[in-house]
Amino acid sequence: MTMRLRMWVLALGGLGVAVLYVLACLNLPSFGGDRHPYGDRAVRAALARHTANTVSSVNFDQRALDTLGEESILFGSVLGTVVLLRQTRDEDRQQPEPARVAPSVRRYALFALPVTLLIGLYIVTHGQLSPGGGFQGGVVVATSLHLLYIAVDYRALERIRPLGMYEVADAAGEAAYVLVGAAALLTGWAFLGNFLPYGTFNTLSSGGTVPLLNAAIGVEVTAGVVVLLARFLDQAVEIASTDEEAEDPA
Amino acid sequence: MSAAPYVVAGWLFLMGCHGLATSRNLIHAVGCLAVCQSSTYVLLLAVGYRSGATAPVFSDIAPGSRPVVDPVVQALTLTDIVIGATVTALLLSLVVQVAKRHRTVDPDELSELRG
Repeated sequence: MTMRLRMWVLALGGLGVAVLYVLACLNLPSFGGDRHPYGDRAVRAALARHTANTVSSVNFDQRALDTLGEESILFGSVLGTVVLLRQTRDEDRQQPEPARVAPSVRRYALFALPVTLLIGLYIVTHGQLSPGGGFQGGVVVATSLHLLYIAVDYRALERIRPLGMYEVADAAGEAAYVLVGAAALLTGWAFLGNFLPYGTFNTLSSGGTVPLLNAAIGVEVTAGVVVLLARFLDQAVEIASTDEEAEDPA
Repeated sequence: MSAAPYVVAGWLFLMGCHGLATSRNLIHAVGCLAVCQSSTYVLLLAVGYRSGATAPVFSDIAPGSRPVVDPVVQALTLTDIVIGATVTALLLSLVVQVAKRHRTVDPDELSELRG
């Protein structure tokens, strides 16, 4: 298909979608309206289960099964990336060179590392109380480890990042989520039901299974993001093709 | 009364589609797909908004003292972002493999099959 023809098809389709979409928008409930039946019910259910952060309650209690699916997508795509970015037969692994880092960058990154790690753990553990949770906190924790790559070099990162352990942790996080769900079955609840005592509202132990599921997700996301980034970084830093032609950008 | 936020979501989606269709670089195409996906965040959050409302988090406000926005669509947006990030990672790793095998990231040059 030539570029001109493609643009015509695109313009036609885009115009059609735009017209239908705007017509549909005009019939939607108006923006900022006061009628949110599902939201009101979700808030009531979250308060009844002593979970201050309603979004966490929706994700890890009311819709916990959906989150299991979401977590499995994360798990599957990490697995897919590991398979796609493996070292192939015609590739060699090079030792990464030690790199020189500007002292101010090193100082700042080494200072930011423990702070970021702490903030990440805080966000994971306070998911049931304040905005945050396993997904958000897990990404922050994984990021904090990579500050070592910025502060020192790739070899330092590899030393604190035994990849095998993180791959196991990724699977363990997924398994822990399923096991907490299965534990509910033993106590006569439905799968992933909130079977633990709800605790005192607005304290760290409130929300029943929400903090546990949050922690499981936190472990999985941390490990998943570390493994994911490690595969991309390996491609950039360590793995080189033995084939001379590959060095040629053409 | 205004439908402007919904229209912004639609505009973002169409811009992403335009980028996807005219892309000359697979990495750019993955970025355009992320733009398409971010239109769904805007749409979801716009659907859940309530005038004058605050976040649906009750650790620092008393329940019932203030209106809150719809938490269900916020949870859906969170799901959406996570899936978006993982799909982007998977697509980028495919791009790495394509670049290795075919020595190009221009989708128009990827017409032939190669074993």
